[in-house]
Amino acid sequence: MSEMNLTLKIWRQKNAADKGKMVDYKVNSISEHMSFLEMMDVLNEQLINSGDDPVAFDHDCREGICGSCSMFINGEAHGPVKGTTTCQLHMRSFKDGDTIYIEPFRANAFPVIKDLVVNRSSFDRIQQSGGFISVNTSGNTQDANATAIPKHDADLAMDAAACIGCGACVATCKNSSAMLFVGAKISQYALLPQGQVEAKDRAQNMVAQMDAEGFGNCTNTGACEVECPKGISISNIARMNREYLSGSLK
Amino acid sequence: MALNGKIPAGPIKDKWTSYKDHLNLVNPANKRNIDIIIVGTGLAGGSAAATLAEQGYNVKAFCYQDSPRRAHSIAAQGGINAAKNYQGDGDSTYRLFYDTVKGGDYRSREANVHRLAEVSANIIDQCVAQGVPFARDYGGLLDNRSFGGVLVSRTFYAKGQTGQQLLLGAYSAMNRQIARGKITMYNRHEMLDVVVVDGKARGIIARNLVTGEIERHSAHAVVLGTGGYGNVFFLSTNAMGSNVSAGWKAHKRGAYFANPCYTQIHPTCIPRSGDYQSKLTLMSESLRNDGRIWVPAKLEDVAAIKAGKLKATQIAEEDRDYYLERRYPAFGNLVPRDVASRAAKERCDAGYGVNATGEAVYLDFASAILRYGREQALLKGESSATDARLKELGKEIVKAKYGNLFDMYKQIAAENPYETPMMIYPAVHYTMGGVWVDYNLMTTIPGCYAIGEANFSEHGANRLGASALMQGLADGYFVLPYTIADYLSHDIRTGTIPTTLPEFDAAEKEVKERLEGLVNNKGIHSVDYYHKQLGNIMWNKCGMSRNEKGLKEAIEEIAALREDFWKNVSVPGGAYELNPELEKAGRVADFLELGELFAKDALDRNESCGGHFREESVEVGGPQDGEALRDDENYAYVAAWEYKGKPSEAVLHKEQLDFNDIKLTQRSYK
Repeated sequence: MSEMNLTLKIWRQKNAADKGKMVDYKVNSISEHMSFLEMMDVLNEQLINSGDDPVAFDHDCREGICGSCSMFINGEAHGPVKGTTTCQLHMRSFKDGDTIYIEPFRANAFPVIKDLVVNRSSFDRIQQSGGFISVNTSGNTQDANATAIPKHDADLAMDAAACIGCGACVATCKNSSAMLFVGAKISQYALLPQGQVEAKDRAQNMVAQMDAEGFGNCTNTGACEVECPKGISISNIARMNREYLSGSLK
Repeated sequence: MALNGKIPAGPIKDKWTSYKDHLNLVNPANKRNIDIIIVGTGLAGGSAAATLAEQGYNVKAFCYQDSPRRAHSIAAQGGINAAKNYQGDGDSTYRLFYDTVKGGDYRSREANVHRLAEVSANIIDQCVAQGVPFARDYGGLLDNRSFGGVLVSRTFYAKGQTGQQLLLGAYSAMNRQIARGKITMYNRHEMLDVVVVDGKARGIIARNLVTGEIERHSAHAVVLGTGGYGNVFFLSTNAMGSNVSAGWKAHKRGAYFANPCYTQIHPTCIPRSGDYQSKLTLMSESLRNDGRIWVPAKLEDVAAIKAGKLKATQIAEEDRDYYLERRYPAFGNLVPRDVASRAAKERCDAGYGVNATGEAVYLDFASAILRYGREQALLKGESSATDARLKELGKEIVKAKYGNLFDMYKQIAAENPYETPMMIYPAVHYTMGGVWVDYNLMTTIPGCYAIGEANFSEHGANRLGASALMQGLADGYFVLPYTIADYLSHDIRTGTIPTTLPEFDAAEKEVKERLEGLVNNKGIHSVDYYHKQLGNIMWNKCGMSRNEKGLKEAIEEIAALREDFWKNVSVPGGAYELNPELEKAGRVADFLELGELFAKDALDRNESCGGHFREESVEVGGPQDGEALRDDENYAYVAAWEYKGKPSEAVLHKEQLDFNDIKLTQRSYK
């Protein structure tokens, strides 16, 4: 098993008001089988034992599905491996002697709370503006098999619904656009018969909220799709634009 | 206090229906004057928050994550059970009820389980209406798969992300109510105490995790949907932040804690790779539909594998021991989780483990890939397909079914499971024990409810696969909204509960003193140092196999570790700022108390049942030789513990379990 010694350059920022700066750290004897966050655990244990403030970062499930973790590693959201969240990135992707730059997801709509922790509540507010089907949870709906849905549509809806809301698309985009995130939700419902009733209003309202939060526009660079840990396709942005356009021609 | 489960009278098929018909209701205008606090926004908490808000109550929901969408329900992979009988394979409400009681090794309440089976079908209707993209077949109808411990296909799924899709469904229902102002959402908040006023739960003390500020919140009822306590083992498949604190605080305020020793150790997890390991990752049980579990039959092959001289794929068919198929021909690889886990431990303890630590077995897809390949070749008219072509066709099918799981395995283990068998080993996954609740899901504190994994009620001593999602949504969407109304119907004239009451003062003071005590301790060891030691004690002495000597040692060791923690723990930073180490410290402090009660409960239960295996209680001789031996005469009860100052003083209250509709038998999967 190979072990490595690394230099880390990490963004440290005490709180939202602090200016923040990059700080250098060294970690030694890192196993290639460690996850990236386990390497961060090693650093933090080191900092605690020497009386320093550990690095704050968001993380929870550590299996790539909750969307909490959010680091910008060597200039890429979630680091160098495609289709992977930071928590599923393993140290075998690095080599002995490497210098690793670790920064928060940066966007005006994602203000830094501390160190690598950012506030992504803007995503919640966009969902609250229309990311739902207005059906009460009484259970008094039709039987689940009453409406057949073509497998192809159901599969595409599932692909769009796989978004974990991490914000990598925003952090990656040069315009800090949230269109991949919003397009994925609009697409999920647009592809299903259940979503048709409110389709027009949904696209209008969610796009309006997205703009109000200060996210930028899409200039079709496609970087979001490349960096998305769940491989959400930019065809969802095209579908969102179509939904938005047809909704505005009432 | 006598322990009354408040199970309604009458035949089991009618209990819930007729009980519901006679519960008190709250009129819509009065609902506007009633506040409900919901802690936790997973499937149980999220679905309850949405439903109660729709009904008109003022809901305040709390989660420690940065968004309610991130609760750990999201990580559930395989599916959700429902007695729809869409496959026409003989499923029914009764069968689901029966399978769940049997799977739980006859340690759950019949009435609760039957209610769960009754509402299960409705969950699927509801979720489809919400736009949850369940898997479908080519005819456009919903697809099903099979899970462990059952002989029908009743599991609905959304790829390997069923929990995610169901949670996002509940989250969307919550968002609709947040937009209407009916739910006030408190993200990045952690509940640190329940406030009890005149014997009733009337609020909570919460910490704003961003500012560290301590807040008071009042309500007419408090609902805990705060999940399980598997992280008492340090390593588990739970999220890093999953904790027992909410339930434990309620326990210290008067809620009994039931069956803490019932833990589910899931058979198919990725094995540990080193001491730095921070958590374990599950590979869905659905993989056992197509994966075959084996170890080499010869010890010399094991040695050769460990030395790197032999590969799994080079071992001939006759030199493999498919030990589940050998021991349990009727259920084979689909035996329940507790049985599969113990069988893996048995083989590894006997020296047949296939990785460096000796704690791994193979989960092999080679025969499934060939089987699917042949089917596809037939469908495509390729009658003379080569073996390579069959494999190629088969891999496509396996990829469609389990692709994301295979990718996840590859990322973590750096091996390609399409070409070589996965290595798996059991890991702590779910806790069947939890806060004791009656049929109404109310704890022994009036007005305090526990739902989902946080309570103890539905799964007995072992939970069947795809039943956690079912229970979480059943509690939140279809059970609690009825039962809580009955309680709240007595509160329509109460008015807003003031947070200036002396009980709030006292609870806040205690919370602040504890937090300040932790940050000012200036000890010598980190929080993780203690958490890892606790985990070691739990895994070695309260894990897959338990005995009297080990449990007694565990009780002493945990008490000593707890004392050391309070003397020597070091928590950097301050109490009134974002401080993840302080959050952890509070949770570990509670685990250090729960762990002791856990061992005490395991010691009390001198029988083997479900996930609780006592070495003193096994079958000797006969066809069931070596299997777990239940003792119905002495232990057919729920062990509900009352807090009396410290875990060692906890007082046991027994709720006798009556089985009228299902006969108690030895659980055989042979």
